[in-house]
Amino acid sequence: MTAPLLSIHDLRTWFYTEGGVARAVDGVSFDIGAGETVGIVGESGCGKSVTALSILRLIQPPGRIETGSRIEFEGREIVTLGDEEIRDIRGNRISMIFQEPMSALNPVFRVGDQVAEVARVHAGMSKKEAWDRAVEMLALTGIPDAETRARQYPHQLSGGMRQRVLIAMALMMKPALVIADEPTTALDVTIQAQILDLLVDLQKKIGTSILMITHDLGVIAETTSRVIVMYAGEVVEQADVDELFAKPHHPYTEGLMHSMPHIGHDQERLNVIPGTVPSPTDWPHGCRFRDRCPYSWELCEREHPPLYEVGGAHVSRCHLAIEPERRNHPHPPLVVQEGVAAA
Amino acid sequence: MPGQTQDFALANPARPRESPLALAVRRLLRGRSSRVAIIVLGLIVLIGLLAPFIAPYDPSAQPDIVALKDLAPSLAHPFGTDPYSRDVLSRVIYGARLSLLIGVLATIVSLTLGVAYGAIAGYAGGWVDAVMMRLLDAFLSIPRLLLLIGVLVAWPRLSIGALVLFLGFTGWFGLSRIVRGQVLALKHAEFVMAARALGASRRRILLRHLLPNLVSPIVVAATLGVAHVIVLEAGLSYLGIGVPQPQASWGNIIQDGADQVATLWWMSLFPGLFMVLTVMTLNILGEALRDAYERRS
Amino acid sequence: MLRYLGGRLVQAVVIVAIVATITFALIHLAPGDPFSAVMDNPNVNERVRATLRAQYGLDRPLPEQFVRYVGQLARGELGWSFSHDRPVREVLASALPNTLLLMAIALAGSFALGILIALVQVARRGSATDHALSAISLFFFSMPDFWLAILSLLAFTYWLPLFPVGGAVDPVMHDYMGFGARIADRLRHLLLPALTLTVLAAPGVARYQRAALLDVLPADYIRTARLKGLTEREILRRHALRNALLPIISLLGLSFPALLTGAFFIEKIFAWPGMGLAVVNAIGTRDYPLVVGGVILGSIMVTVGSLLADLLYAWADPRLRAR
Repeated sequence: MTAPLLSIHDLRTWFYTEGGVARAVDGVSFDIGAGETVGIVGESGCGKSVTALSILRLIQPPGRIETGSRIEFEGREIVTLGDEEIRDIRGNRISMIFQEPMSALNPVFRVGDQVAEVARVHAGMSKKEAWDRAVEMLALTGIPDAETRARQYPHQLSGGMRQRVLIAMALMMKPALVIADEPTTALDVTIQAQILDLLVDLQKKIGTSILMITHDLGVIAETTSRVIVMYAGEVVEQADVDELFAKPHHPYTEGLMHSMPHIGHDQERLNVIPGTVPSPTDWPHGCRFRDRCPYSWELCEREHPPLYEVGGAHVSRCHLAIEPERRNHPHPPLVVQEGVAAA
Repeated sequence: MPGQTQDFALANPARPRESPLALAVRRLLRGRSSRVAIIVLGLIVLIGLLAPFIAPYDPSAQPDIVALKDLAPSLAHPFGTDPYSRDVLSRVIYGARLSLLIGVLATIVSLTLGVAYGAIAGYAGGWVDAVMMRLLDAFLSIPRLLLLIGVLVAWPRLSIGALVLFLGFTGWFGLSRIVRGQVLALKHAEFVMAARALGASRRRILLRHLLPNLVSPIVVAATLGVAHVIVLEAGLSYLGIGVPQPQASWGNIIQDGADQVATLWWMSLFPGLFMVLTVMTLNILGEALRDAYERRS
Repeated sequence: MLRYLGGRLVQAVVIVAIVATITFALIHLAPGDPFSAVMDNPNVNERVRATLRAQYGLDRPLPEQFVRYVGQLARGELGWSFSHDRPVREVLASALPNTLLLMAIALAGSFALGILIALVQVARRGSATDHALSAISLFFFSMPDFWLAILSLLAFTYWLPLFPVGGAVDPVMHDYMGFGARIADRLRHLLLPALTLTVLAAPGVARYQRAALLDVLPADYIRTARLKGLTEREILRRHALRNALLPIISLLGLSFPALLTGAFFIEKIFAWPGMGLAVVNAIGTRDYPLVVGGVILGSIMVTVGSLLADLLYAWADPRLRAR
C-alpha cells in the first residue's frame, strides 16, 4: 500500500485562555491518500476548522499544537518544521480555501495580482509570467472573460466569482492537497452546486487530494469518498461515504442523518439532537456524547470509548460496538431527563 | 465580527451583570500602566488641592527683588526663583491647582455644550440637523488655538472665569458629533419602535436609553478633554493671553522666564515636566478607558 | 468624482463664510473697540484712520459694516496692519511661504517617521521595543508644543551650539554669501524648527498608524496572504500597510490644524519669519486686523488641506474610485 499523502497522528491543539485550557482538538488521527477526497463533518465547535489550521501551522497564541502531535506530509514532519519550510508548503504543496470569499481577498489589489502573487512567491516567476498563469487559472475555474476580470478589484465581483478566484489561487501551484473549509456555506444555494462541481472537476484534472470540511451532509455525499465525523474535539466515526450513509454507527452520526429534512417526507417537526456541545474547557469524563445520546449507560460515563472497528475500514468511538443490543432500548437522553436547558 | 478570523470562539466566563462603566473600570485597573497613571495623577491632584498647605512660600510674594531674583535651584528654593524673586516651586504647586481647576471646569462646560448640541441635532433631525452639522463643520475647521487667539485678543483683561468659558466654548465639537450619532442610532433602533408600540413616549425612551449609552464617550472625552485644555491654557498663557498675571499657571511661569530662556532654564523645565506628567497620565487613562469600552462591543 | 469635488468646494466656501462671520461678530462683541487703539491714538497718521474708516465703515451701522466686511473679504482684502504699516494681506502673503515650507517638511517627515515607528512596533508587537516606543511616543505626544520647542532651542543652540539661534537666514552675512553658502545657510536655519515640528507631529501619526495596522491584521485577507506562504514581513508591508494607509490619509487632513498651531509656537520660539510669528507678535501689539487676518487665513488653509486629503482618499480607495 502506498504511503498516505498526509498522516495525522494524535493531534492535540489546545488554547490557553483566561477561562481555562480549551482542548479544541483532542487526539485526532486520520490519513489522506493521494488523489482522495476526504470529508470532515461535524457541527460548529467540534474542532474541524482548528484541525485544518493545525495542518498548515496557522494556530496563533494562545493556541498551541501540543507536543506529541504528529502531522506527516510527503514524508516530512510538519509540527516541528521551521518557519521558512512551512511557508514553502503553504500555497504551494498544501492550500486552503475558506468560507468567506467576501472578505478573503485584499480590497485594494487587483484580483489577478493577488492570484499571481502565489506564483511569484513560490516559483519566482516574473510579473508577466505569473499574471499569464493567473489568468489561465481563472479561466480554468470557469470565470468568463478572465483577462478582464483579472484586472478588476474584489468589490467588483460577485460572491461566487470571488470563491472561484480563491480556488484559482489555491490551485496555482498544483498542490498535492487542498483543504476546503466550508467553501460553499456563505454562497447562494444555486452557486453552491456550481462551486462543488468545479472542485470535483478540478480535482480530477489536476489530481490533488481534497480535505472537505463541512457541517452539511449533502456536500459530503456529493463530493467525498471517505468521511470523518468529529465531535467535541475527537474523531467519533470514520468510514467510506456509502457505508456511512447506509450504516451509520455512532449515535451522533445517526442524529445528524436524521436531522436532515427529506423532500417527499411529511414531517411535522425537524428532528433535532437535544442539548448542545459541551464546553471545550471542560470535556466530560467518559464518552463526550453521553448526555445527548439515546443509548448511553453506565459504561459510557466510566470509560472514554476508544475507536472500535465496526467493519472493514469503518471505525466508531462508541461502546455500542461491544454491546450492540442496547441499540434496541433507546431512552430519552440524559440532557432532557435532567432538564438541563440548551444554553 | 464579519470579515475577521476567529480561530476559536470561546464563551466568556459567566459573571453577574455589570454596568459597562464598572466593566470598563475593572478592565482599566488590570493594566499596569493605568494603575501607575492613576497614582501619579492622584498625587498631582492632591498637590493641587493641598497647595495652600504644602507650598513653602507665598506664590505671589516678592520678598527681595534685588537679592533673591533669578536664583538657580537650591535647597532653599528647589525650583529656583523668578525675575520677581518669587519661589518657583510654590508657583508650580499653585499652578497645578489652577491649571487642573481650569481644565476640569472648562471640560465640564464643553461636555454640557457638546451633549446638548448633539442631542438637539440628533433628535430634531431634518434640516435643523443638517444646518447644525454644517455649522459644526465650520467650527471644526478653525484650529482651536486660532479661534481662541482671535477671541482673546479682543478681550484684553480676562478673568479666569471668562477664560474657562471661552476654553469650554471651543472644545465641544467632537463630542457633539458622537452624541448626535448615538441619538440617531437610538431613534431608529428597533427596541424603540417596540417600546413605542407598548405606549411609551419617544422622549421618555430616548432619555432612559440615551444617557447610559453616553456615559462611555463622555468619560473618555472628559479625560482627554482635560488634557487638551491644560496644554491649551499653557500655550495661551505663554502667549500672554491666558491666565492673567500675577496668578501662577504653568504656562505663565514659562512665559515669565521666556526672555532669558537659557539662563533661567528652571523656569521652563519644571512647569513643563509637571505638564507633561499630568497630560501623559490623563492620556493613558483616557485611552485605556476608550479601549476598555470598545473591547466590550 | 467631479460632482463630489464640486460639492466639497461649495462646502469649503460656506465654511470660510461662516468663519468670517464668526470673526466679525467677535470683533464687534468685544468690549471696547479694537480699532480704538488706532483711532484714538494721536500719533497715528490721518491717512491710516481714513483708510480704516473707508474699509470698515466704522461710523456706519453694524449691518452695513458687515456687508462691507464680507465684500472686502471676497476681494481678498484683510485690512490694515498697524504694527507693520502695511496691508494685512501683504504681511501675510510674504510670511505664508515660510510657514508652508515648515509645515510641508514637518508633514512629510512626521508621516514618514510615524509610519516607520508603527511598522516596527507592529512587527515586534508585545516586545520590549514595542512598549518602549509606545512610552516614548506618548511622552512626546503629551508635550505642549512650545515646551518642546524651548527645550530644543536650549539643547541645540545653547548647550550644544549646533544651530543658529533663530531666524531664517543669518541676519548679517547672508547677503554676502555665495549661492551655495546661502542655500546652506537657509538649511541650517530651517533644520531645527522643522525637525522639532516633525518630532511634535510624529507620535500622533505613529499611534494612529499602529492602531490602524493592528485593526487590519485579524482580517481574512491577511489570513489568505499567510496561506500563500508569504513571510510575516511581506504580509505586513504589502498587504496590511496598504490597507492601513487609507485611514492615514484621513489623518493627513485632520493633522493640519495641529500642524498649523504647532508651527505658530515653533515660529515664535525660533523667530522663524512665518505667519505664526506675525500673528503672535500682533497679539503683543494688539494689532487686531492682523490677528483676525491670520485666523481667517489659517482657517482657509486648514479647510483646503482637509479638502485635498479627502480627494486623495477618494483616489486611493479603489472602492470609491468608481463613484
